[in-house]
Amino acid sequence: MKKTYKIDVDCANCANKMEEAAKKTAGVKDASVSFMTLKMHVEFEEGQNPAEVMQAVRKNCKKVEDDCEIFL
Amino acid sequence: MNKKQKKMLVRILVAAALMIGLNFVPVDGYLRFLFYLIPYLVIGYDILIKAAKGIKNRQPFDESLLMAIATIGAIAIAVCESGDYTEAVAVMLFYQIGEWFQSYAVGKSRRNISDLMDIRPDYANVEKDGKLEKVDPDEVEIGSVIIVQPGEKVPIDGIVAEGRSSLNTSALTGESLPRDVGQGDEIVSGCINMTGVLKIRTTKEFGESTVSKILDLVENASARKSKSEDFITKFARVYTPAVVYCAIALAVLPPVARMTFLGLGADWGTWIYRALTFLVISCPCALVISIPLSFFAGIGGASSQGVLVKGSNYLETLSKTKCVVFDKTGTLTRGVFEVNGIHHSPMEDEKLLEYAALAESASSHPISKSIRTAYGKEIDRSRVTDIQEISGNGVTALVDGIPVAAGNEKLMEKLGIAYHDCHSVGTIIHMVVNGKYAGHIVISDVVKPTSKEAVRALKAAGVEKTVMLTGDAGKVADKVAGELGIDEVYSQLLPADKVAKVEEILKNRPQKAKVAFVGDGINDAPVLSRADIGIAMGAMGSDAAIEAADVVLMDDDPLKISKAIRISRKCLRIVHQNTWFAIGVKVICLALGALGIANMWLAIFADVGVMILAVLNAIRALFVKKL
Repeated sequence: MKKTYKIDVDCANCANKMEEAAKKTAGVKDASVSFMTLKMHVEFEEGQNPAEVMQAVRKNCKKVEDDCEIFL
Repeated sequence: MNKKQKKMLVRILVAAALMIGLNFVPVDGYLRFLFYLIPYLVIGYDILIKAAKGIKNRQPFDESLLMAIATIGAIAIAVCESGDYTEAVAVMLFYQIGEWFQSYAVGKSRRNISDLMDIRPDYANVEKDGKLEKVDPDEVEIGSVIIVQPGEKVPIDGIVAEGRSSLNTSALTGESLPRDVGQGDEIVSGCINMTGVLKIRTTKEFGESTVSKILDLVENASARKSKSEDFITKFARVYTPAVVYCAIALAVLPPVARMTFLGLGADWGTWIYRALTFLVISCPCALVISIPLSFFAGIGGASSQGVLVKGSNYLETLSKTKCVVFDKTGTLTRGVFEVNGIHHSPMEDEKLLEYAALAESASSHPISKSIRTAYGKEIDRSRVTDIQEISGNGVTALVDGIPVAAGNEKLMEKLGIAYHDCHSVGTIIHMVVNGKYAGHIVISDVVKPTSKEAVRALKAAGVEKTVMLTGDAGKVADKVAGELGIDEVYSQLLPADKVAKVEEILKNRPQKAKVAFVGDGINDAPVLSRADIGIAMGAMGSDAAIEAADVVLMDDDPLKISKAIRISRKCLRIVHQNTWFAIGVKVICLALGALGIANMWLAIFADVGVMILAVLNAIRALFVKKL
């Protein structure tokens, strides 16, 4: 399953860091962050609950870049 | 400017004013240090906080940390040796100016591009108890009647139930000529109603309507990243740590070498200063921001011209297109049969057409339809009697009591009538009126007016080979290809053969030359997805095309193909300029820094300057109207 979330982040490099962090989160098959459109596209692994996984993604992103936000 | 940007601007101005002012204050020693600490903290406190958090989270190669180390290091040197605090403050100040400019430019282009694609309708008008009511387009069910007033956007796809108007489709197609619609015409969401009130019976839900599909496509375009973007991400990941390690080496190795091998003084201050200069150059900002921005602007500019690109990777592939394969029907030709000529007729063309239309009045064959369309007047069926359709041959009938026969050569032979063969390409309908040969009507698919120009423009844009695939007979195909200047033609192909042909072309091409296939999205979806890049034309209203293709042309003008290629070339040219410019300047600065020629001032100017130039260059990709 794929979902798109709105995000807020200040710099392009920070967006790349968020992408890395999201990719490494358990339950995420693939993730891509677009700094230009301020969107995060997440592909979840089968049988995962997106709402729960996204909480983890948000936490991991905050860890690498505390000035970011994912609007769940 | 948003709130954050305004606040930052104030901080920049205050810090700059303080820094200049302090130049005229004659203080020394620790007082001087404390004075200069004020502008430094004003401009850099958030960077210092971020750096501290970076250390806490074990993300050591954060650019804030690097800036923090470089400036604190510069202050330390100032305290111990030179007393020149301006350098540290200036580095922080210019770094922040760069960040501010970047955020402003990106925000601005974000808005510009969303304005270009401003086709999202906010509401739909529904009539309730004789009054208009604005509702969310999502709530409108299929088959309801919505009302679109002049100046409003059509929110949902449908059919005009009442009214007549001109539509402005420029937001969708980039085409400025208005389109007229009347009762019974299909209408596509996203157009702007210009003149009259329209009542529209919806045929789709909002989510399935053209406008939603297009918005979805454009908004998700950035998810597919190009090779250039991947390269930059990887480069940035390697570059920053590499420069940091070089900086450490630069700070430690030369002094150690001087002491142990040359027997000179270590000169720690100089080498640490050079290492700090390295750190200032280590931020890959210019690259990291300008490459995605170039692609984003390129895709945005393309959509303003009615060319929708589904991802930056496709923009990249499109720019390398060397071979364009066309489907004939619906792409180079209009895909509708029209009466193209009337030859050898002893009577007036009008009159002959009238006979033909009347004789064919009962037939539902596309050819008969096109004759009736060419006639264009109401058909009085009572004038026709005794209609006989001879399958595969034609029709005979009595029109106003006069025997009329219309059909192919076989019919003529059957009737024993001498006929003139026609050298024109297409379907030939021979006519016999009152037992005498009355000439023939040529019916053929019409080449689009811009097709020839389009093929020429592709060649001018650097496409080396053009190929046409068609299911039509060889004679028709050769004629069209010759007329348009197409290099290779393959005719009498079934849809499956088209895939095989494209695969053959793909096999025989050089690795870097990409092959594009252009179709109208109707029954050529497999070919569209098989080619390196699939371009679908005339997508207004056709979901299949939007799904299958990588690039979607909103209207059916083949000239847009070369335009799309030129847009992609421009965008990629900018990407390459930015890549090499930014990397080049960094490498030069690193070399100069290591040799001690470049100081920290130059380093920060190089960093911020390159970024500003690269961002401005990237925004150029948005301007594609005149391409």
